[in-house]
Amino acid sequence: MFSNSLIFAEVAPSFWDNVWSIVLPVLCSLICIVVVMTFAGLSVVAERKISSYIQGRWGPNRTAIPYIEVIPFVGNFLKKNGLMQLAADGLKFLLKEDPLPKHVNKFWYMIAPVMSLAPVLIAASVIPFGIYWLDGKSNAIAVANLDVSLLFALAIGSLGVLGGIMAGWSSNSKLPYIGGMRAAAQVISYELAMGLSVLPVILMVASKGVQSPMSLFEISNAQSNSLWFCISQPLSALIFIVALFAETNRLPFDMAESETDIVSGYHTEYGSFKFGLFFVGEYGHIVVGSSIFIALFLGGWNPLPCESWPQSWGIWASILSVITFLVKIAMMIFFFIWIRWTLPRFRNDQVMNLGWKCLLPLALANFVGYLIYTSIR
Amino acid sequence: METQKVKVNINGVDYMVEAGLNILEACKSVGVEIPFFCYHPSLKVAGSCRMCLIQMGTPARDRATGEPVLDENGVQKIAWMPKPVIACGTNVSEGMHIITDNEMVKDCRRGVLEFLLLNHPLDCPICDKAGECKLQEYTHVYGQEQSRYVEDKNVKRKKRPLGSKIMVDAERCIQCSRCIRFCKEYIGRSIMGFTKRGSKVEIGFYDDADNESNYLLNIVDGCPVGALTEKEFRFKMRTWFLKTSESICGESSAGVNTRVWSREGKIYRITPRQNALVNDMFMSDTGRYTFKKYEQNRLEQAKIDSTPCETEYAILRACDIANIGDIAIVANAWQTVEEMYLLKDLSKTCNIEVFMASHVAEDDNKLVSADRTPNMRGALTTGLVDEYPTATVEKLVQKVRNGEVKTIICFGEDLLEIGFDAKDLKNVNIVYCGTVENETSKQAKICIPLKTEFEKDGMWINRQFRLQRFVKAVDAPSGAVSDICLISEVLKKIGNQNFTTPSVNDIRVLMSQKIPMFAGCEKIGSMGMLLDGSNFANIDFPEEDAINFKKCK
Amino acid sequence: MAIIVERKRLSFWERTYLPQIFSGLYITIKNFFSPKVTLEYPDQRPVLPVGYRGAPVLVSDSNGRNKCVSCQLCEFVCPSKAIKVTPSAIPEDSEYAFIEKGPSEFQIDMSRCIFCGYCQEACPEQAIVMSTEFSINAYSRAGLLRKKNDLYKSGGVVPDRIMKWQKVKENSQKGK
Repeated sequence: MFSNSLIFAEVAPSFWDNVWSIVLPVLCSLICIVVVMTFAGLSVVAERKISSYIQGRWGPNRTAIPYIEVIPFVGNFLKKNGLMQLAADGLKFLLKEDPLPKHVNKFWYMIAPVMSLAPVLIAASVIPFGIYWLDGKSNAIAVANLDVSLLFALAIGSLGVLGGIMAGWSSNSKLPYIGGMRAAAQVISYELAMGLSVLPVILMVASKGVQSPMSLFEISNAQSNSLWFCISQPLSALIFIVALFAETNRLPFDMAESETDIVSGYHTEYGSFKFGLFFVGEYGHIVVGSSIFIALFLGGWNPLPCESWPQSWGIWASILSVITFLVKIAMMIFFFIWIRWTLPRFRNDQVMNLGWKCLLPLALANFVGYLIYTSIR
Repeated sequence: METQKVKVNINGVDYMVEAGLNILEACKSVGVEIPFFCYHPSLKVAGSCRMCLIQMGTPARDRATGEPVLDENGVQKIAWMPKPVIACGTNVSEGMHIITDNEMVKDCRRGVLEFLLLNHPLDCPICDKAGECKLQEYTHVYGQEQSRYVEDKNVKRKKRPLGSKIMVDAERCIQCSRCIRFCKEYIGRSIMGFTKRGSKVEIGFYDDADNESNYLLNIVDGCPVGALTEKEFRFKMRTWFLKTSESICGESSAGVNTRVWSREGKIYRITPRQNALVNDMFMSDTGRYTFKKYEQNRLEQAKIDSTPCETEYAILRACDIANIGDIAIVANAWQTVEEMYLLKDLSKTCNIEVFMASHVAEDDNKLVSADRTPNMRGALTTGLVDEYPTATVEKLVQKVRNGEVKTIICFGEDLLEIGFDAKDLKNVNIVYCGTVENETSKQAKICIPLKTEFEKDGMWINRQFRLQRFVKAVDAPSGAVSDICLISEVLKKIGNQNFTTPSVNDIRVLMSQKIPMFAGCEKIGSMGMLLDGSNFANIDFPEEDAINFKKCK
Repeated sequence: MAIIVERKRLSFWERTYLPQIFSGLYITIKNFFSPKVTLEYPDQRPVLPVGYRGAPVLVSDSNGRNKCVSCQLCEFVCPSKAIKVTPSAIPEDSEYAFIEKGPSEFQIDMSRCIFCGYCQEACPEQAIVMSTEFSINAYSRAGLLRKKNDLYKSGGVVPDRIMKWQKVKENSQKGK
């Protein structure tokens, strides 16, 4: 729905006629949205299931949809793994009464949930899910393969916090306001460290003589048949993942909605489908953030360090590359949830300290150190 | 009257007790408890249960010389009885030494209880006496824990009617003979006795005796175990659930002191309460069931022209009718002294004439007197009526027939029974205030439900001019008002007076101040207060001589 | 006055948090694969310990005699006033007329019962016992009022070692 407004990268203009050139991007965008939203939905189920397993519980395993439930094996599989719980949760969000408190600023209050989900979906458009070869030239399987897709993704992705700020402000209530402000402060603090941490990676890619080193596709491609950047640039990877946790407001950094002190943060006053949008937006953020991390440090669609799907396999290599990428996203989501149930929440001042006093200097030092290292070499 | 006192030593402490008492009563008077089964303060001593065995000794004297025998310290020696004696059958004497708590006495009690329990069935779960059973209590306090008896217990007849009101369980009987002595001494006829011998003994009526009496249920109260149970109360409720409240029997002007046993607003039984100056420890069987008359035909809701309505509204409408004028009040002698005092106030303020009818029946020279109302002397002392009323209110009937009275406020009386005929009632507005439905209430324009004597506090004056109080036992139905409330409301409305509705105690204090005869009436205890009835000596009361009562003249 | 709490000085690695994070991750992943403690209730039933106090019920002895004689001790001892017994005489034509007394109605309000077991302890006839029924539910308050017949039905037969009333009956026949 938002991808219509996207700048569409012309893959091979000479091959497509005008109509096709409009329909194809719309289709691609839809597929991209479906993939991201599906992963967001599945991560909701995963969150419930994994957290309960870690806590020694079974998690949702009772919800059943009539008729589907009785299908042999499949029905039981869906039921036991709580997958039908997803439908129940979604239906609940849809069917519940949609409250509109009297004291809120109606316009921004309504816009805010959309603003928290939209940037995520936009940012998803530049993610290279895989690789395909056309006339011996490698191309990204992405809605838009920008030359500066890394910058684009970081810029648009962090716009998601705008939704939180809007919600906090328009709710006209203390705790949501505090939540919104915390979200903003956190994004600003960690955005710097995050940006600085990827500089050595870009330099490294550029040093290989790549034309556009700020393209996520090129960065991923640079990791095929070589060490992944999480191994060659471990400090960058560490800083980036910590900042990513902070950016996506995940535990241990979920200051914006820490239930223990500010009820539910910026979406305290929200309910029903509007809350659902925030909810999906947050998980969408995790999916997109993980994708960027995978493209930057975990070798993108490449199965193993120093290994890549051979070009000679043609279309099968492309399919395998996409599957590899999706599997990596799933593993990242597991990691996110795993961390959530391992680490307790930071205090707000600790979050600020970590961002400004640790990660920022560390990222700077990492960058300068890498510069010195390369110049000496 | 100064009673002669003697010095006795009970368990090592010297007390001054009344001379002539038996040891059991003497110990009781100083707070030392001696257990007993067969002894009853109002009956002759039988000495059959041996539960009250104690050790007793008198100051030793030399047989030959009569000189006191002294020990080495110069104190007179005590000649202890070689064997324990029964406390109920031994009178105290000067210098007597009594021991009620040494090992020998305890051993006696334990032994007696063990013997009594040999053939006693362990029926407590199904026995109505449980909870107030002497045998149960004493076994807990003085008995031994285990039974050593391994043989089969005696089997006797368990469920046998004794007369029309009582059931006998021969297995539970401990042969104390209280019931036999009561019949002989109080009812005056020897109608009960033991049959068989030894451990097979059973109690029962003599076959040829006239065994109906209105006082027979007192043997149930007297029975220390559950051998005699009242058919009416049998298996109705366990005694420990019942709350007791002190009351007065409304059956007759004897003013029997009673105890009302109720649970959750329901009265289960009425038993006599000890008052040696009135009824001793007994009451009539009919008096025990006075609460039953309110269980049926209870007027529970105010009505106007037979249509139920709020009580407040009915009172307002009654006042409207009364305001028209030409009213008369028919009071009754079940109303309390306080209510009569207020009613007198109403009649004086508004110039309303008050009529009453007497209810006279046969006197049994015991506890059911000829006057079957409990408070006719209250009406006389408060001035509600000047002379003893007749059975019919002829004067009022005449006034109604002449058209001088157009409205009758009737308190509880059935007008048809006190001289009116059905035709008269049609010509007059009737405001019926009462507890039960009757013919009058069916024809009344307005019915206002009142509280019964079990649902309110009050005082009655009995045939001895003894002022006695009773207290509320159960809650009234929600629609019922007390007479005091009702009369106060009427006084406010038609007497144009402004005052807060007084409580029962307010009126008692007022009466105590205003009427010299009632001075101190707000402080009377459970024994009542004897009033000076000499002003009414010229009135011919219907009661005849009875225990604790001598007819004037 | 401010109180300064002396804190343990952390080593370098401790200050990076990383070793702690990894050991924490190890613990949680271990839990992830460890057996689950949740009891899947309606399918799996809990193992009730000996002496478990569930809903109080009335029992019959091995002859099928309803044991309650309506002594009302349970009603008396019940701290939450859940029990209401209506005592009455056993009809003359009954097989058990010699016991004389039995409840015409016995009602336990399960919405009031607190499962203290005092009734069981007080009962001189061992007629009321605590069952192992713990799932007590109904669609209305009235549904939680258990009547005599329901209570005997759910109580069933509990063998009686003493058979007191059987002995009473035999003795009385011997006596005649």
